[in-house]
Amino acid sequence: MNLKEGRNDHTYKVCSIHIELTLERRLEALGLTEGSHITILNNDKRGSMTVKFRGTRFAIGKRIADHIQVEEVHHE
Amino acid sequence: MSNSISVGFIGNPNCGKTTLFNAFTGANLKVANWPGVTVEKKEGKTSYEGCDFKLIDLPGIYSLTSYTMEETVSRNCILSDEVDVIVNVVDASSLERNLYLTLQLIELGKPVILALNMMDIVEERGMEIDLHRLPEMLGIPAIPVSARKKSGLSILMHAVAHHADTIKQSPLIHHHDAKEQTSTHVHKHHDEYAMVYDDEIEDKIDMLIDMLQSKWPNLAHPRWHAIKLLENDSEVMEHHKMDFSSIIDHSYEKEIINQKYDFIDEIISETLVNKASKAARTDRIDRLLTHKYFGLPIFLGIMAFVFFLTFAVGDWLKGYFEIGLENFSALVTHALTAVHTNEMLISLIVDGIISGVGGILTFLPNIFILFLALAFLEDSGYMSRVAFVMDDIMNRLGLSGRAFIPLLLGFGCSVPAIMASRALEHRKDRLKTILITPFMSCSAKLPIYVLFSDMFFAKHAMLVCYSMYLIGIVVGILCAFILSKFDGSKSDHALLIELPEYKSPNAHTIAIYVWEKVKDYLSKAGTVIFIASVIMWVILNFGPAGYVTDISQSFGSYIGKLIVPVFAPLGLGYWQIVVALIAGIAAKEVVVSSCSVLFGIGSVTTTAGMTVLASTLNGMGFCTANAYSLMVFCLLYIPCTATIATIHRETGKRSTTTLFVAFQFGVAWIVSFLAYHIALLF
Repeated sequence: MNLKEGRNDHTYKVCSIHIELTLERRLEALGLTEGSHITILNNDKRGSMTVKFRGTRFAIGKRIADHIQVEEVHHE
Repeated sequence: MSNSISVGFIGNPNCGKTTLFNAFTGANLKVANWPGVTVEKKEGKTSYEGCDFKLIDLPGIYSLTSYTMEETVSRNCILSDEVDVIVNVVDASSLERNLYLTLQLIELGKPVILALNMMDIVEERGMEIDLHRLPEMLGIPAIPVSARKKSGLSILMHAVAHHADTIKQSPLIHHHDAKEQTSTHVHKHHDEYAMVYDDEIEDKIDMLIDMLQSKWPNLAHPRWHAIKLLENDSEVMEHHKMDFSSIIDHSYEKEIINQKYDFIDEIISETLVNKASKAARTDRIDRLLTHKYFGLPIFLGIMAFVFFLTFAVGDWLKGYFEIGLENFSALVTHALTAVHTNEMLISLIVDGIISGVGGILTFLPNIFILFLALAFLEDSGYMSRVAFVMDDIMNRLGLSGRAFIPLLLGFGCSVPAIMASRALEHRKDRLKTILITPFMSCSAKLPIYVLFSDMFFAKHAMLVCYSMYLIGIVVGILCAFILSKFDGSKSDHALLIELPEYKSPNAHTIAIYVWEKVKDYLSKAGTVIFIASVIMWVILNFGPAGYVTDISQSFGSYIGKLIVPVFAPLGLGYWQIVVALIAGIAAKEVVVSSCSVLFGIGSVTTTAGMTVLASTLNGMGFCTANAYSLMVFCLLYIPCTATIATIHRETGKRSTTTLFVAFQFGVAWIVSFLAYHIALLF
């Protein structure tokens, strides 16, 4: 699944990011690397959403979210 | 150590670098709680125990790559000889994010001092940072500071002075037990470097350093260059052309980033106590402010409230300023007459200068309240939420939600707003934002609305003022939309902006911010508006026949009458109005200040003056429709000289600037034409 399909307050593990290189690098520099965790804060709108990773909140656009493949992390 | 040490302040966006910089230098640079405020480097000076320091404040960056303008500026500055010591300012309440840049900075090989800012927030959240273990793991000194409370400042400079000439780091103490046992790498890098990669990468780094040093024996920071080569950094590759293909078979950037974050995880788990933070407050507020349906109405409500305060409360205070001005003006006339001053000089001082400059000063309360409200919005952390709330709408117009921040700042002043557009990544986006920012109704246009709406719309004055703001936004948005259709650019839905923790606005920060704006306004009244008032007085009191008492024989009237036909279709075909509009290009307030000279009325901004001006205008056939058209025209037409200069600086081209100004004039003409003819129907 991609990140945009995720649900609020759920944490996901990043499997892959497929977007143009500059954007991918910027996300990686922010710590959104493969294997890292990302929590969805607000994915109610059709477009952009808010997320939290590496301890910081971000607003990210729909196209970025569409191109981040994730899998759900089950916590206890 | 007689020479001064130059210190580069660097850190993530929004970590408090500028506040810290201000605390040292006493400067009052702009600070706000949204990323991307500092867009160019600023310099200042301080001294500590006989040692001089040159401080450089750099734009906030997340990493030392060179993908954005800010990153390039900061990186080039730090790499150059300009910086002796790096002070890495980190937001201690968000260490995990900030340490990534720290690790990159340490790799540069220059002395780095870690300044742990916002320790008060760390405590507030019940967290603790092990200040003994952190420097041990990083190999650099870590100094807790509070930029707001101005504590830890001298200790920080002490550390800078101490470490300025020692590149050697303190002994490093790690215990990656498992890793070290299995390591087959020949060197013991753990003693030398904080950040040590796995064997494969370390082997390659060593080989690259050998190759680099054989060709460039004097290369500074060879390890950093080797790492950058492994990351396929385009700039470093460009400057060091060699055949590395035997070593670099692909970009190791991902591995390098991941291993850095692994190390950060390690640091965090060892140094941060009580990690379960109380970030819940920000989340609770965000649940409401970034809500799917409520987000937008809340934003509009906040803005409506800001303008209500500006106009309603501001006008009430303005009344007292007017009384003061009237008394002052009468007093000066009286005094000058008593000492038998030349009539011409009295006219210049009272009609030209006092009514011109003084008239503008009566708007100080409105301006003060507007900037106070904007300062609250900026300092609280709400700005980047607005970018998120507006993103979907802005996307439809072909712009990023991020472009909304400059537009919002444009309500204050176009100059910083246009500069804030640097945070946008694409040049097309930047140009469009720069083009439409002056359509946002800035504080200088406020006196025009207040004056004309009070004169012609009585009870509906406030509604009319609101409508100006709305028209500005709508016209700006429409232009962006139409331009996007033309240049075929579609929004790429690639918003990426940090949402900082909310914090209660800091009184000191807000005071500085507002004072700066008020000072700007006052100095503008004392310079541009003063000079413009004098010039206006001259061209209106002198004509081909010399000093004239009949204004219609003056140079001003001849100039005005020449251009009148252009403005006649807008209901502005009066030479006085035309002259006022031309003068308004110097600064928008001049439209108001010149009215008093143009119509020969003492102080137009006072109640009595307004009554006279209104009846004079009415006598000329200038009614509500004309007044509305004038306000719309002032809202949209050629921006003030300071803004034009900023547009020129930011676009870098004279042709673009000319085109922009012509476009803005054209838009103003068309919209005023429509507004006038629609208003005539009522």
